[in-house]
Amino acid sequence: MNAVTKIKGPISVLRRSDVDTDQIIPKQFLKRVERSGFGEFLFYDWAKEPGWDLDPNPILVTGRNFGCGSSREHAPWALEDFGFKALVAPSFADIFYSNCTKVGLLPVPLPEEEIEALMDADEAEIDLEEQTVRFAGREVAFDIDAETRRRLLGGLDDIGVTLQSADAIDAYERDRERKGPVTTL
Amino acid sequence: MPDSLFDKIWRAHEVAESLIYIDLHLVHEVTSPQAFEALRLAGRTVRRPDRTLATADHNVPTDGSRVAAQIADHLSRVQVETLERNCEEFGVPVHSIGAARQGIVHVIGPEMGVTQPGMTIVCGDSHTSTHGAFGALAFGIGTSEVEHVLATQTLQQRKPRSMRILYSGELGYGVSAKDLILGTIGRIGVAGGVGHVIEYAGPPIEALSMEGRMTVCNMTIEGGGRAGMIAPDDTTFEWVEGREAAPDPLPLDEWRELRTDEGAQFDAEVAIDASDVSPQVTWGTTPSMVCDVTAAVPEPASEGDERALDYMALEAGTPIRDVRLDRVFIGSCTNSRIGDLREAAEIVKGRKVASTLSAMVVPGSQQVAAQAQKEGLDDVFRSAGFDWRSAGCSMCLGMNPDTLAPGERCASTSNRNFEGRQGRGGRTHLVSPKMAAAAAVAGRFVDIREWE
Repeated sequence: MNAVTKIKGPISVLRRSDVDTDQIIPKQFLKRVERSGFGEFLFYDWAKEPGWDLDPNPILVTGRNFGCGSSREHAPWALEDFGFKALVAPSFADIFYSNCTKVGLLPVPLPEEEIEALMDADEAEIDLEEQTVRFAGREVAFDIDAETRRRLLGGLDDIGVTLQSADAIDAYERDRERKGPVTTL
Repeated sequence: MPDSLFDKIWRAHEVAESLIYIDLHLVHEVTSPQAFEALRLAGRTVRRPDRTLATADHNVPTDGSRVAAQIADHLSRVQVETLERNCEEFGVPVHSIGAARQGIVHVIGPEMGVTQPGMTIVCGDSHTSTHGAFGALAFGIGTSEVEHVLATQTLQQRKPRSMRILYSGELGYGVSAKDLILGTIGRIGVAGGVGHVIEYAGPPIEALSMEGRMTVCNMTIEGGGRAGMIAPDDTTFEWVEGREAAPDPLPLDEWRELRTDEGAQFDAEVAIDASDVSPQVTWGTTPSMVCDVTAAVPEPASEGDERALDYMALEAGTPIRDVRLDRVFIGSCTNSRIGDLREAAEIVKGRKVASTLSAMVVPGSQQVAAQAQKEGLDDVFRSAGFDWRSAGCSMCLGMNPDTLAPGERCASTSNRNFEGRQGRGGRTHLVSPKMAAAAAVAGRFVDIREWE
């Protein structure tokens, strides 16, 4: 994963709430066994609607509960491959939020009224170190878990980080692991 | 300090701060290939194949194909073959297409007895919350986390907040677990549970069968919840006992401790009177766009509602019972277990599917199919005009050839009515198995409470 620090540039706006991951990347594209190349299928069905206009800017600003539904990580893969580096919304669905942080696509929650103002701006600058979004002369703070932020800033490999606790995992399995199930019947 | 069921399971699995041990990792063909590939590239292995179980479910055709080579769709075939190859290489037990234990991942886990009270269970699938019905902490993860669990048998996870939904009263005649959870989602909204692990409690929950409890926990994600869970009791223990992977004897002293203590605190509490719940039908494109079968399509209250009505080709004010259907789908990880099929069969027995629609039943697993055949349910459905299929996710999401054509309207026992979910341009109404069965006979929605 590449390190995430500052993301600056023009914004794209999608004025819809409860956007589910089935819309972000429909099922027919989940059959691929590769991890790349999903960007061209982003919002595949919606992109055929008249008036659809979504540029691959660095920042996507959208409505509440973005990314609900299916756990498919293909959704953040597609958004990232399309060109987005950060997503700003009033709220995100849990699994989707987590998936974004695993692929270095920065999810930024802001209050509803700030989202409205941001949608009217042309560009913005997101600073993960400072935990701020700057646009149209304003500066708004956003929340992110300290450990998640540390990993994003460092571009750290999650498995590598966990394996630093390999002794604790060994000890858990030795002393506390519950019995079964055995799947290798 | 009094603890909740969730607190107890969480604490028993904390390896280090925000690092929890995973007792069971379920794997399917769609969200795992990139994880296995990443392991391979990094030279890593699967830490605990004995706590990992794989099946092919999303892509499999339901035409009775016995091996991957028979799958006509090239990409689907490659994905199933890739799963089989990965499992062989990494030593993971797999029940792929044609195997006696193949089926929807959330059906076969409980069926084999690998899903047990007190466990932590994850899978690269949002409906993993299903397993919470056994008093387990179970939730969906993405492919990066699948890779992480394969490599370390742990997950980095901040402890979510907790919510209890406490039900009072009792479910009325003809009202099922599906109606209860749809009604609940209608009440709390599709984001009502975000960030929370939800415990479902109260007499109406205790009165549910394990199938009903699985249906409730399954749809937790449709209300935004991280996981759903129900304290295990005698109903649970009787269900688990004797299954092939179940402990013998059951550790009942330990399992009976898996309850929320009197006075335990939750971050949020919701109270719902189950007696108020009627049979439910969704009218829109999220599961919270739902109403009583006796109601009419509501007036749009937002731009999202307008868009949904437009997509669904419905006009506000139209009685739900006047909505005519083209297709009926009985299946999915929400409602494809033997209990669901028995309920639906009882409705259609001796009757015929309306000539204006086509209907299909897709059992959740090969074992469910075998049991249904033993009981003659397949004959009941076939004689009524249903298409009786083999096990898989099928038209819940249409990754296999079972899809709606554009504009087709379907009564479905699945979990998502999103735009295009069952096929591009398809229109989905979520209902219970009984309601779907009755709709298949009538050609339109009917109030199951008036069914004779």
